[in-house]
Amino acid sequence: MAVRDEENDMTTAETVIADADLVGAKVRSKAGSRPLDNDFKTIGEVRVNDPRMSCTDVNVFYGDKHAIKHVDLDIAQNQVIAMIGPSGCGKSTFLRCLNRMNDTIDICNVTGEIRLDEVDIYDRKLDVVPLRAQVGMVFQKPNPFPKSIYENIAYGPRIHGLAASRAELDEVVERSLAKAGLWEEVKDRLDQPGTGLSGGQQQRLCIARTIAVDPEVILMDEPCSALDPIATAKVEELIDELRENYTIAIVTHSMQQAARVSQRTAYFHLGHLVEVGDTTQIFTNPRHKLTEDYITGRFG
Amino acid sequence: MALLTLMAFAFYLGRRRSLTVVGGRSGVKNLHSLPAYYGFYTALWAGLPALLVAGLWLSFEGSIITTLVVDGLPAEMRDTDPGRLGLLVNDIKNLASGNIVSAHVDETMQRAADHLNELRSVGRMALGVVVLSIALAAGALAWRAIGPKMRARNRVEFIVNGLLIASSLIAILTTVGIVLSVLFESFRFFHKIPLTDFLFGLEWSPQIALRADQVGASGAFGAVPLFAGTLLVSFIALLVAVPIGLMSAIYLADYAGPKLRSYAKPVLEVLAGVPTVVYGFFAALTLAPAIRNLGESVGLVVSSESALAAGLVMGVMIIPFVSSLSDDVINAVPQSLRDASYALGATRSETIRRVVLPAALPGIMGGVLLAASRAIGETMIVVMAAGLSANLTANPLESVTTVTVQIVTLLVGDQEFDSAKTLAAFALGLLLFVVTLGLNIVALHIVRKYREQYE
Amino acid sequence: MSEPDKSTARTIDIVEASLKRRYARERRFKLMGLGAVLLGLLFVTLLFFDIVSKGYTAFVQTHIALEVYFDPAVIDPDGKRDMAEIARADFRKIAREPLAKLFPEVTSRGDKRALYSMLSSGAPYQLSKMVMKEPGLIGTRQVVDLVADDDVDMVVKGNIDRNAPAADRRVNDQMIGWISKLEADGVVKKKFNTRFFTNGDSREPELAGIGGAAAGSFYTLLVTLLLSFPIGVAAAVYLEEFAPKNRWTDLIEVNINNLAAVPSIVFGLLGLAMFINLFGLPRSAPLVGGLVLTLMTLPTIIIAARASLKSVPPSIREAALGVGASKMQTVFHHVLPLAMPGMLTGTIIGMAQALGETAPLLMIGMVAFIVDIPGGPLDPSTVLPVQVYLWADSPERAFVERTSAAILVLLAFLIAMNTFAVIMRRRFERRW
Ligand SMILES: Nc1ncnc2c1ncn2[C@@H]1O[C@H](COP(=O)(O)OP(=O)(O)OP(=O)(O)O)[C@@H](O)[C@H]1O
Ligand SMILES: [Mg+2]
Repeated sequence: MAVRDEENDMTTAETVIADADLVGAKVRSKAGSRPLDNDFKTIGEVRVNDPRMSCTDVNVFYGDKHAIKHVDLDIAQNQVIAMIGPSGCGKSTFLRCLNRMNDTIDICNVTGEIRLDEVDIYDRKLDVVPLRAQVGMVFQKPNPFPKSIYENIAYGPRIHGLAASRAELDEVVERSLAKAGLWEEVKDRLDQPGTGLSGGQQQRLCIARTIAVDPEVILMDEPCSALDPIATAKVEELIDELRENYTIAIVTHSMQQAARVSQRTAYFHLGHLVEVGDTTQIFTNPRHKLTEDYITGRFG
Repeated sequence: MALLTLMAFAFYLGRRRSLTVVGGRSGVKNLHSLPAYYGFYTALWAGLPALLVAGLWLSFEGSIITTLVVDGLPAEMRDTDPGRLGLLVNDIKNLASGNIVSAHVDETMQRAADHLNELRSVGRMALGVVVLSIALAAGALAWRAIGPKMRARNRVEFIVNGLLIASSLIAILTTVGIVLSVLFESFRFFHKIPLTDFLFGLEWSPQIALRADQVGASGAFGAVPLFAGTLLVSFIALLVAVPIGLMSAIYLADYAGPKLRSYAKPVLEVLAGVPTVVYGFFAALTLAPAIRNLGESVGLVVSSESALAAGLVMGVMIIPFVSSLSDDVINAVPQSLRDASYALGATRSETIRRVVLPAALPGIMGGVLLAASRAIGETMIVVMAAGLSANLTANPLESVTTVTVQIVTLLVGDQEFDSAKTLAAFALGLLLFVVTLGLNIVALHIVRKYREQYE
Repeated sequence: MSEPDKSTARTIDIVEASLKRRYARERRFKLMGLGAVLLGLLFVTLLFFDIVSKGYTAFVQTHIALEVYFDPAVIDPDGKRDMAEIARADFRKIAREPLAKLFPEVTSRGDKRALYSMLSSGAPYQLSKMVMKEPGLIGTRQVVDLVADDDVDMVVKGNIDRNAPAADRRVNDQMIGWISKLEADGVVKKKFNTRFFTNGDSREPELAGIGGAAAGSFYTLLVTLLLSFPIGVAAAVYLEEFAPKNRWTDLIEVNINNLAAVPSIVFGLLGLAMFINLFGLPRSAPLVGGLVLTLMTLPTIIIAARASLKSVPPSIREAALGVGASKMQTVFHHVLPLAMPGMLTGTIIGMAQALGETAPLLMIGMVAFIVDIPGGPLDPSTVLPVQVYLWADSPERAFVERTSAAILVLLAFLIAMNTFAVIMRRRFERRW
């Protein structure tokens, strides 16, 4: 499955580069053949002017396994950042650090500092509940609750007490579904189980469920990997619209997708953040050998 | 015993012959199978038919001998009703084996008893002779058939395969046996007492039927009070077991540290291994008096055999049952659903209550149904702690009786096999079997469907 | 969503505001869970504490050490040392005499009877046995520890409160006075109660033992084991290794699962109708009990044995088949030995279940009052749990103690069996 995906990606990546060649903006830095040892420095600018989230020297361990190694990265306000890299390099792990979803894994241990608006989210005293209300997450496989469509969306507002009345809740549900582009499709069957929707609809339902809580940051872990191209296009469209109001970090295996929806791109390799930069720059002019190999499909 | 030695001997002979036929050890490769298989082949032939005959013989010997003895009785003694005759035969049997006999022993009975003993010893001898000769004959036949061409291994395997199939059919036979035995006696019961009286009658007092000779006519066999009592006790039990079992499963799975979990789980499992008679003892001698004292101290009238005590203890008994089933079911809820809930900012308990439990509900329902079937079929606790009086009440402080209690009381002690009283026990047994089987089938179906839902 | 900033601020504020309430609920829920676990543990402790505290005293028995004169005039008036004659002698007189001597003030008939009732009705039998074993005792004086009556036993052990109002206890003031005097004389002894382990049932608590029931349990389990293990393993082997996947084997499988959940009392009805009434097997016999329990434990054993066969990796079968073994040889030579530990574990657990089972045995008449210790699977007998049931019904206070002690013995066996099963599983657990 994964292999086939990457084959697709290869062709698309080449197209992107071919386009870039036409523009003629290909400049090659020789900084990018350094080996990935422990004091490896990420290539490209990890900091931004108005960071929504800011990570410094983040390390993640699964027991003895060092899954994320000394990662510094800022996530900018109202921007989409894409995280790419070969399978097992730690993209999901890093993403899950951002709203402390790693807490649910017993053996997982996170060190370093991750700030959301100047607040260290790994502070002992910090409460994960409001954090997760602020930093929502959409998963790789659509995971609607075995409840009705309405209840799926209403779940978040209900537990947080966001809607004072039934009418208000109805409104939140409608607004979230509308934003996820699902309202027209499901408005007549809100009381039917969410698990009865198609895969693409389910994923949009999950996105709607996430935005119903009105988070500030949305993390998406390969949100389209289980979807067909049409559903993928819809979700991508949606991400682009959401950018207006939210800060988004998305993990993807499709470089085409990364190129389409993101403004910045970060390339991970074996737990290291190898290179980060503007999406156009990464895809047209990768500065590290590994990034280039990955993007051109020589490695994956 | 003799048969076993004979089989061992047959094994040896068969093996030997297979070797001789091909001219000693050097010729082994000319044999179709290993020599041992020829041995097994001969031994099986010597043993199996003889064993079969012996089994059949033993299972019918009793009834045949009884018939013979009855035939030998003087005509006027034979012509009483079957119940009386049964008692008489019992007396004769007791007399024959030298036990104390209730009835007056006269000469005919003494003669009959001697006759019985004689028949028995003749039977034993005949059995020995028949079985041994069958074993010898079959073994010899098999022995003679041995030759280098004989496919001994395949034949042995064929027989062994047959034995394996027979073993697995025993499960089916057991079910058939249960159904037939309760059904057959129940039909006889419903012949005497109409089904509707039994199912909808409000009064249960089977004892009266014994006294008068008009069997069944005066006894009341309305089983509704029994159903009510069974339901009341089971309900109390579930009221105890479901919350405690479910909550402790949740706590041990989601909250407890590995240390507490590794200690608490096996300790709770101990509750499942304690024999029910021990629970019954605890309920009857410790809990029931305690509840009574407690009740009296607040001015309540509590029967010394209250439904409450039986139900509470039964609840404790099924806690591990509920908790291990819930544990399975809760663990089957995929992590992705929990993740989704946590990612929305739900707390642990919100996730459990609003996502995990609803998702696990079908499975939990299945578990509860299984637990209910356990509770309904549980016998010793209620026999020892719930009492015998068939009260139609919903008050847990009163004494009630249950289906299983009545089966036990009707069948323990002296009995005439044909009275409505004993037959009623089988009717109750049929009911119990049907209800618990229904519950089990439904519950297993639900649980399986539930598992499939999450692969 | 025109003003995102305002709206997001609102979300986090609302969330923060309600946090306290939500965490309170979280704590409550967690406490409920903890409570449930603790309640479960409490029940276990309570049950064991109750039974141990009631039962441990039964392992000792009160004796009264009296100087007995083996009076030849009573035992062997002819002096011929004829054993049959001696066995008929009135040993009651001999047992009572020293007691009468200790309390010369007791003279009235009624009082005397009360005094003598302090000795168990088994005491004369005890003396008779001594003499039968050693006729040389006749004519001598010996200090013998005579078994005390159960009431005395209870008073000495404190199970009957001496200070309770006389109306509330079984033992009257006079008797308590005597007991106190005997205690003051230092002739009341508590000795380890071997009778409890060797005797059969008895109406007298101080003479009643679990020996008979234990023997009954032994024979019953023996029959069960001999039948259910081979049949269970054979059925599992067939279903797992040979059976074609069709509706028949499906039916057998469903059937086995359901049989495992049929109430045990229904198996008792089956035993009564089939084995006793149809086949005419003897009532109360361990053989029938064993047959019934076999049918009951078969599903457990089959299910465990199948699981154990399933855990043997297919590579082993393929390896054996690859070198030309027949299917049957593969299974019996290679798969079965590897699966054996798991099957044995399942069997032990099944046997533990069978050992604790009561209800179906009531149906087939193993509930009689049986004094003799059964000598084989056809003798009428009872089993440990049924003995518990029988004693639990007896009104004497001393039987409560014995019942609890019998339960302790039963539990000890069960715990030993289960521990053995667990150890075996650990020992042979293999990761392929
Ligand atoms: N729960 C876990 N326990 C132990 N190790 C884990 C766990 N989750 C992930 N890992 C390890 O951490 C490393 C990073 O995993 P991660 O899931 O972050 O990779 P990924 O980049 O998301 O890969 P993919 O593209 O396949 O999703 C992998 O080597 C993986 O084996
Ligand atoms: Mg991933």
